[in-house]
Amino acid sequence: MAQDLLVPGNLILFATILAAVSGVPLLFPCFFSVSRAQLLSIFLMLSASFAGLSGSIVTLFSGRSASYELLWTLPFGQAEFGIDALTAWFLLPIFLIPGCASLYARSYWNADQHLANISKMTFFFGLMTASMSGVVLARDGISFLFVWEIMALSAYFLVSTEDEKSEVSEAGTLYMITTHTGTLGLFALFPLLNLLSGSWLFPASASLSASSWLSTAIFLLALFAFGMKAGIMPLHIWLPSAHANAPSHVSAAMSGVILKVGIYGLIRILSFFHGVPLWWGCCVLVLGVVSGVVGVSFAIGQHDLKRLLAYHSIENIGIIFMGTGVALIGQKVGSPAMMLLGMSGALLHVLNHALFKALLFLGAGSVIHTTGTREIDLMGGVARRLPYTALLFGVGSVAICGLPPLNGFVSELLIFLGLFQGIQGEGGAAVVVTLATPALALLGGLAVACFVKVYGIVFLGVPRSEAHSARHEAGWAMLLPMSILGMLCIVIGLAPGVLISPLQRVTLAILPPLVGVEGHSLPALVPTTMITLAGVFLLTLILLITFWYRRRLLDSVCSQTVTWGCGYQRPAPRMQYSASSFAEMLITLLSFVLKPHSHLSGKIAGIFPGRTRFSSHVPEAVLELVYIPLLKLLYQRFSGIRRLQSGILQQYVLYTLITLVVLLVGSFI
Amino acid sequence: MTNSTIINSTIHIFLALIMPPLLLGVIGKTKAAFAGRVGAPFLQPYYDILRLLHKGTVFSTTTSWVFRAGPIVALATTAVASLLIPFGAHPSPISFDGDMILYAYLFALGRFFTMAAALDTGSSFEGMGSAREATYSCLAEPTLFFALITLSRLSGSYSLTGMLSNVSSGAWLYAGASLLLLIGGMFIVLLVENCRIPFDDPNTHLELTMIHEVMVLDHSGPAFAIIQYAASLKLFVLGAFFVQLALPFATGSPFPDWGIFIVSMLLLAVIIGVVESVMARLRLVRVPQLLVAATILAAFSTLLVIR
Repeated sequence: MAQDLLVPGNLILFATILAAVSGVPLLFPCFFSVSRAQLLSIFLMLSASFAGLSGSIVTLFSGRSASYELLWTLPFGQAEFGIDALTAWFLLPIFLIPGCASLYARSYWNADQHLANISKMTFFFGLMTASMSGVVLARDGISFLFVWEIMALSAYFLVSTEDEKSEVSEAGTLYMITTHTGTLGLFALFPLLNLLSGSWLFPASASLSASSWLSTAIFLLALFAFGMKAGIMPLHIWLPSAHANAPSHVSAAMSGVILKVGIYGLIRILSFFHGVPLWWGCCVLVLGVVSGVVGVSFAIGQHDLKRLLAYHSIENIGIIFMGTGVALIGQKVGSPAMMLLGMSGALLHVLNHALFKALLFLGAGSVIHTTGTREIDLMGGVARRLPYTALLFGVGSVAICGLPPLNGFVSELLIFLGLFQGIQGEGGAAVVVTLATPALALLGGLAVACFVKVYGIVFLGVPRSEAHSARHEAGWAMLLPMSILGMLCIVIGLAPGVLISPLQRVTLAILPPLVGVEGHSLPALVPTTMITLAGVFLLTLILLITFWYRRRLLDSVCSQTVTWGCGYQRPAPRMQYSASSFAEMLITLLSFVLKPHSHLSGKIAGIFPGRTRFSSHVPEAVLELVYIPLLKLLYQRFSGIRRLQSGILQQYVLYTLITLVVLLVGSFI
Repeated sequence: MTNSTIINSTIHIFLALIMPPLLLGVIGKTKAAFAGRVGAPFLQPYYDILRLLHKGTVFSTTTSWVFRAGPIVALATTAVASLLIPFGAHPSPISFDGDMILYAYLFALGRFFTMAAALDTGSSFEGMGSAREATYSCLAEPTLFFALITLSRLSGSYSLTGMLSNVSSGAWLYAGASLLLLIGGMFIVLLVENCRIPFDDPNTHLELTMIHEVMVLDHSGPAFAIIQYAASLKLFVLGAFFVQLALPFATGSPFPDWGIFIVSMLLLAVIIGVVESVMARLRLVRVPQLLVAATILAAFSTLLVIR
C-alpha cells in the first residue's frame, strides 16, 4: 500500500498541494509568532520541493507516465492532469528554484522586518509554485486556463509586494495588462484547438496536421500568448520592470521558472502537430535571434543590476527559441540530428537558465541587501566584504555567458551543433540557419562584455561611494541556496552525460517522428565524454599553474602599492572606470536599436568651461517608441467604446448576463 | 592509438610549448629590418620571459584573487585551445564533433578573466582597455563563425581537424573565391585578437591608446611572464588556423609536413612584421568599421558556398 502511494505521480501531486498551502501558516498570526510561521512555511515549501523533485527525477529516468482525471460538473467534460517526460523535465526548475528561493527569503525577507507584506508574499509565492506545477500537469484546455490564471494573478501580487512604492505598482500594472493580453490569446487558442481535434483534452503528440488554416491560427496564437509570458522580443515590455521591482527571490523564481512555463506552453502546442511548414521553424528561429541579440544589447546599456539581469532573461529565452526553431526546421527538412540537437539544446537551456539566472538574482539580492542600492555605478569592491557571494555570482556569470566548463556551454554547444547540421542542407532553410549561427556567436560575445562589466564594476575594485559600500557577508540561509544552484551549474557543465538519457526521452516524447529512426541518438551526436575530459583537463591545468605560481610567489619578493596611475600617486575610488563608460563604445555602436538618451546641462565652451552635468541612459525603447504611441493612437480612435467601461461592478455583471442570454438564444437559433 | 599518432601528438605539444615566442622574435626582427636597425635577437622574447620569471611581484592594494587568476586562466584556456587546432596537415591531439565551438569559447573564457582582472585594479586606464577588448572581440566573433560555417559546409565535418584538413590545393580550385574572402576576414581577426597593428600597438608608450597592453599594466614578475607567453601562444594558435587556410601545402609524409608547418608559421610572422612596418595604427573609431568589413567579407564567403 505504501509503495503504491509513493509512485512519482502521487509524489508530484502531493508536492503541488504542499506548495499551495505553504503560505497558510502566515495567514493565522493568532496561532504562531510570525517568525515561527515563516519557518513552518519554509519547511512546507522545502518538503514540497523535495517530494516534487524526487517524483520528477524518477519519472524522467524510469520513463513512466501517469494520468489523473478529475470529474467535475462544468460543461466542458472532465479535467485531466498527467505526468509525462516533458512535464517532468519542466517540473525540475519549478520545484527546485522556489525551494531555494523560499529558504533564501528567511534572511532576505525576514518576517520580523517585513510584517506589512510577509504573509501576502509567502502565500502567493506558494500558490504561484503550485499553479506553475498545475500548468505543466494540465492535460485539457479548461484546467490549463484555470491554473494559468492562478499563476498569472499570484505572480502579479508577488511583483507588487511593495505596492506602496509607485514604481512597483506601475510595474505590477504593466505586468497585469500584458499577462491578460496574453491570456486573451489563450482564450482564442483553446477553442480553436477544440475545433481542430474535437475535444478539450490535449491531443496526442504529432496527431494533428499542420497544414490547415486552423493550425496556422493556433501556431500564431501560441506564439503570441506564450511568447508574451516567456518575454520574447517584442512582447517583452513587461519583463524588465517586473523583474527589477519584485523582491530578488521572487525575481529569481519569475525569471527562472515563470518564463519557462511560457516556453513549456509553446513546446506543448507545437508537439501536437506533424508536418510543420518551414516558415514555422524560421519564424521561431528568427524571433529567437532578434530576442537574443537585442535583449543582450539592451542589457549592456542598463545601470540597474536587476533590470540588467532581466534583459539577459530575454536574451536566454531567445537562445531557447533558437533551439526550438532548429528542431522545427529539422522536422521540415527531414534531419533527425537537427531535431534532436535543437530540441534537447533548448530543453537543457531551460534548466540551465533557471539554475544560473536564479543564482544571479539571488546573488544580486544579497548585493542589493548590503549596499542598499540597485545602481551598478554606485557599487564597487563588494567582493572584499562578501567573498562567497562574489565567488558564486562569478560562477553564475561564467555560466550565463555560455563559457566552458559550466552548464551554459553545454546547452549552447547542443544548439550550435544543431545549427551546424542545418548548414549542410540545401535551400532557404540552410540560409536562415547559416545566418543564425554567427548571431548566436555574437550574442555570446556581447554577454561576455556585459557580465565582465557587471562583475568588474560591482564586485571588483574599491567601493565607489561610502554610503553604498558593502557591509557584511550574507547569512547561511542566503548562501546555502546559492551554493546548491552554483554546484548544479558546475556538475551539469562537467558531467552533462547524466542528463543525456532523460533529454533523449523528453525529445522523443514530443517529436514522435523520431521514434524508430535508425542511427540517430543523442549520445552518439553529443560528445559528452569529450566535454567532461576537456573541462576536467582545463580545471587541472588551472590548478597546476596556480600551484606553480604560488610557489614562485613564495620564492620571490612580493610588495604592495597603489594601482599604477601613470605616475599619479593618489588614486581615488571615483577615478575607477564606471559601468556606463565600460558600455559606452558598444552602446554607441548599437545606438540604432537602443536609442540611448543623453543629457548635457550647460555648454562646454572656452578654455575654462564651467560646471556641467552629463547623464545618459538606455530606456525601454520598444515600449516608449512603439507601444505607447500606438496605444495613444488607439486610445484616441476608440474613445467612443470606452463609455462601456464605467468602473461600476454591477454594470459588468449585467454585461455578463446579457452576453450569456445572447449566447443562449444564439444556440437555439 | 598508433605510434605515429603518439609521435605527432608529442611534436604538436612540443611545438606549442617551445615555438610561440619565436614568432614575436621574428616579427620584431622584420620590423627592425624595415626600420634599418639590427634589432633584438630572434630569441629576445624567451630572454624576456625568463627574466620576468625571476623578478619579484608588486600587487596593487585594491586587487583580489580575480587579479591573480586572470593570467592563469588566460594561459590555461589558450593551452587547451592549442590542443584542438591541427598544426599543418597533422590532426590535432584532441578532436571531436563541436570542438570548434569549444575552441572559440575557450578564448572567450580567457578574455573574461583577463578583462575582470583589469577591472580589479580600479584603474580607469585598465577599465578603458578592457572595454575596448570587450567591444572588439564581440565584433570579431561573427567573422570567426562565418569562417567555421564555410569550412564546415565545404568539408561536411564538425571538427576543426576535419574542416581544416579538407582545405587543400584541390579545395582552392573549386572554392577559391570563397577561401580568398575568408583569408581576408580571418587575417583581420588574427590581427585584432592578438592586438597587433593596425588595431593595437604592442610597443606603444601611451596608455590612452592601448588595448591589450593597458589591461595588463599592473601585472609584474612571473604573472607578467605568463601573460607574455600566453599572448604569444594565442598568436601561434590563431596563426595555425590561418596558415592552414592560406598555405594548405602538404607532402603526405609526416616529417616534411612538420617542416612545412614551421616554415609557414615563420612566414606568417614575417607577413605580420611587414604589415606592422608599413601601416600605422588606426584611429579607435575606425577599428569597428574594419571589423564589420571583415564580418561582411566572411559572410560573402559563406554565401558563396551556400548559394
